[in-house]
Amino acid sequence: MHDRGLTRDPRAVAGIAILILACATAVLAPLVSTHEPAATGDVVATRFLPPLSTDALGQVHLLGTDRLGRDVWSRLAYGARVSLATGMLATLIAAVLGTGVGLVAGVWRGRTGALLLGLTDFALALPRVVLLLLLAALWQPGGVLVIAVLGLTGWMSTARLVHGEAVAAMSRPYVAAARALGARRTRIALRHVLPNVITPVIVAGALGVGNAIMLEAGLSFLGLGVQPPAPSWGGMIASGRDTIVNAPWVALAPGVALVIVVVGFTLLGDALSDRQAGVSI
Amino acid sequence: MASAVGVLHIESMMQRVIHRLFTGLAVVAGVIALAFILLHLAPGDPARHLAGPNASAVQLAELRRTLGLDRPLAVQFLGWVGQAARGDWGTSIATGRPVGAMLGEAWPATAVLVSLSLLLSYLLGVMIGLAQVRMPRWADGAVSVGSTALFAMPGYWLGVLLMWLLVYRWHLLPAFGVAGLDAEFLPPAARLFDRLRHLALPLLTLTLLGAGGVARFARGALMDIRAAAFITAARARGLPPEVVDRRYLLRNALVPVITLLGLSLPALFSGAVFVEAVFAWPGIGRVLVEAVQARDYPVVMAAATVSAILVVVGNLVADLGLAWSDPRVRHA
Repeated sequence: MHDRGLTRDPRAVAGIAILILACATAVLAPLVSTHEPAATGDVVATRFLPPLSTDALGQVHLLGTDRLGRDVWSRLAYGARVSLATGMLATLIAAVLGTGVGLVAGVWRGRTGALLLGLTDFALALPRVVLLLLLAALWQPGGVLVIAVLGLTGWMSTARLVHGEAVAAMSRPYVAAARALGARRTRIALRHVLPNVITPVIVAGALGVGNAIMLEAGLSFLGLGVQPPAPSWGGMIASGRDTIVNAPWVALAPGVALVIVVVGFTLLGDALSDRQAGVSI
Repeated sequence: MASAVGVLHIESMMQRVIHRLFTGLAVVAGVIALAFILLHLAPGDPARHLAGPNASAVQLAELRRTLGLDRPLAVQFLGWVGQAARGDWGTSIATGRPVGAMLGEAWPATAVLVSLSLLLSYLLGVMIGLAQVRMPRWADGAVSVGSTALFAMPGYWLGVLLMWLLVYRWHLLPAFGVAGLDAEFLPPAARLFDRLRHLALPLLTLTLLGAGGVARFARGALMDIRAAAFITAARARGLPPEVVDRRYLLRNALVPVITLLGLSLPALFSGAVFVEAVFAWPGIGRVLVEAVQARDYPVVMAAATVSAILVVVGNLVADLGLAWSDPRVRHA
């Protein structure tokens, strides 16, 4: 079948463009930001400046300032680091855990497989946000905890996906051939099954990053994630909510950034999953 | 003959319901056990929290004994479950009120919000999906971008955005709570209207959030079914387009959509947690968030349990809905 390639799909192109832009902003935050993200300066003179206005010192604030006179654009750029890093690392943990569980359950069937699948179904039925709130509240909130918690509560759907693919791969002739040649289960799992189940994991991962970014911002919004004064999009939305009447840009800007990035991951994920469905036929 | 088939069908449905009930009970028990273990693993001593920084070691030990914290973990756990089963959920550390009463007041608000928004978002989402299938390609693409953006929107932010627009810019709706300050003094009709006005903003937020995801999914399902051979065959037999749409297309596309309904309940509940926090809607989600922020352990335990029960019951209802809509599942 002729492969159209990702670059011909407008969704993939838009998604990749958004993500490159977002990652560049995050990595180059010190260069693209115009101010120190935590610098407050003269609070009375510089607070609540609307977007594109100039303060008393003659400095332009692209997206305005918040109630402490901090530059919103600069905080947004530094906040992108938190959001993207947390989302990607948490999804990586979830993908590795889910692939491991699914692979073991699919290759070593019988009691081990049944046990792991039961555990997966159980974990899938737990209300994730309740668990997140519990964990974030009980231990000291912070970036590392959020990554661990999001990773530990997000592996189940990947495990189910990999299990299904692994069971299908195990009935293929190449696995029978490997077994006839005397290959051990571990070797079959790692050399023959894993490479054939990894594509759907990548697709699910692209969609999962967007979800993780949204949840991280949600925890920060409730004050249970990344702690102020470190800039995070969720925390910015939370503090901007209190000043929504006289300075709506403080809450609106990080939300728009969040939606754009999550849409980017979703578009890329959609395009990848359609492509994968087309290729496997 | 017909009655025999009917009896079989009732039996398999009963088995299905009983099986699902047991799985649901296991999940609720798991949530309780997990919450309990996590609460005890976490750093921080509730006795020290209660007694304050100046308490002596003797006072602390005394308080631990009164609270039962000196007993083995398993005994404490069984004690909590036994009391909860008898309706005694303990006393809130933060407010000093019985936890049972706090949750008893809170759960109807969440149930109303979640069930109404579930209904409305599925109606809206399926209608959008159905409209997209008939649109020209460019319009379909534009609507898809819109539903993807809604799907990617965090609930608390959409809530803040709608609050800014509808409350502060256009002065259409009240910002938070279930009722106005003067609600007690209004005649019944005006009081109902006041309630509905307060419900509108949280309900709109949750409905829009859900509708984006449903529309994306419904569009995909409808597109898949529309390409099926039996649709072409039905058209070739000369059936009117409305009949093809209703009896062949919609009916088959609804099966995955209803499956999604059951799966989306936990997500919807998560959305409700944030939306309740934004609009000060006095439901389980707000009780949970406030208890978590105040380290109010008895309330956290009870709210986690009740939310697990809500999710499990919702999944059960969705499962029965699936059986009702798909004869293949019903007779399986």
